Amino acid sequence: MLNRPLAAAAALALAAAAAGSAEAHRMWLHPSATVLSGEDPWVTVDAAISNDLFYFEHHPLRLDGLDVTGPGGASFQVENPATGRYRSTFDVNLTEPGTYRIAIASSGLMASYVEDGERRRWRGGPDSFAAEVPQDAQELQVTEMARRIETFATRGAPDDSALAATGRGLEMVPVSHPNDLFEGEEARFQLLLEGEPAAGVAVEIVPGGSRYRDQVGDWTVTTGEDGVFAATWPEPGMYWLEASVDDDNASFEGAARRRASYVATLEVLPQ
Amino acid sequence: MRLLASAALTGAFAAPAFAGQMTVNVEIPRLNVAEYHRPYVAIWVENADQTSAGTLAVWYDVAMARAEGTTWLKDMRQWWRREGRALDMPVDGISGATRPPGRHDAAFAADHPVLAALPPGEYSLAVEAAREVGGRELIRIPFTWPPAGPGTFQEAGEHELGAVSMTIEP
Repeated sequence: MLNRPLAAAAALALAAAAAGSAEAHRMWLHPSATVLSGEDPWVTVDAAISNDLFYFEHHPLRLDGLDVTGPGGASFQVENPATGRYRSTFDVNLTEPGTYRIAIASSGLMASYVEDGERRRWRGGPDSFAAEVPQDAQELQVTEMARRIETFATRGAPDDSALAATGRGLEMVPVSHPNDLFEGEEARFQLLLEGEPAAGVAVEIVPGGSRYRDQVGDWTVTTGEDGVFAATWPEPGMYWLEASVDDDNASFEGAARRRASYVATLEVLPQ
Repeated sequence: MRLLASAALTGAFAAPAFAGQMTVNVEIPRLNVAEYHRPYVAIWVENADQTSAGTLAVWYDVAMARAEGTTWLKDMRQWWRREGRALDMPVDGISGATRPPGRHDAAFAADHPVLAALPPGEYSLAVEAAREVGGRELIRIPFTWPPAGPGTFQEAGEHELGAVSMTIEP
């Protein structure tokens, strides 16, 4: 993440490519379980970019920018990371009781300009921008990007110590706990943009298992003034949430646009 | 919540010495399946809003090496949500071994810590069973506490539980 600028830049490159070429494609992390008991629980996670949820059928989601935050806010190592034709995968050993946030996050700048009559693109961090991008380039367009794709798993009792916002990009913090979701019950979450409540943001919610249905079954809710949105789960299963902001409130001087997106995979259990 | 071990045990086995008791009878059905494992069973008291008023018994694989039996406690997902996930199993007075097919009594004296702490009101006895490579079933039996008189209340499971009855003697 932020302490790994190269990985972040690489993740950003992939994110930008995917966003540009195929808005319809969905990025996701899909955990093998979200509610665990026992003395030595493990979660294995699939990471992919696909149309249908949650099937690996298009591209793997690269693991650059992967960060697992465990109980108490500590960073946890993942094991057995691998990237195949259609998916990446890795394991997380939940060695401590509590909730884990498993995220792929990246942020940085994208620039587009014309040099010697040719369109050029650049991606990187704010620190290298001035040195690597000719500041007097023609048609220079700079966009600030932030992307976060995450899911959650809990060993034993859920807690919020791994769920604090980083203050960067678009993020979701719990009102309801993300590993305490049940069919027919309303859950509430808050979206934050750069650490502040993100009002009026549309959140698309898509149930998994689409291969065996005719209709997508998705719906959209909008955050209120306090950034909070609510969802009532019609049936148990895995759900995919996506929200994004595209405006001209970039914090980096020289960036005209800001794009921030957020994706979460949530498991809803039967009663 | 963690029960006081000795109090719970004493209550269960010295029932005749006390004024009243609750006896829960759980039938574990005999199933004709290729791979059979005894179900995990949790028995607890639910408040009217389905929060837990306390766990009475959990039958699971208590004796497995490295406490591996706790891995599947979450499969009793309603109990796990309502109380199990906050317990550090095994808990004396609550934990017990899995039971074979047949009818099993579990008796709880009126001064059992869970029952003794119940304010007068409406409750449900919840019995949840989950079986490895099998299904899961939850049965609720409503009751009023303290009881106005003796009574037996019965519900029947369809898959993982047979008849479940609760007899209250005030």
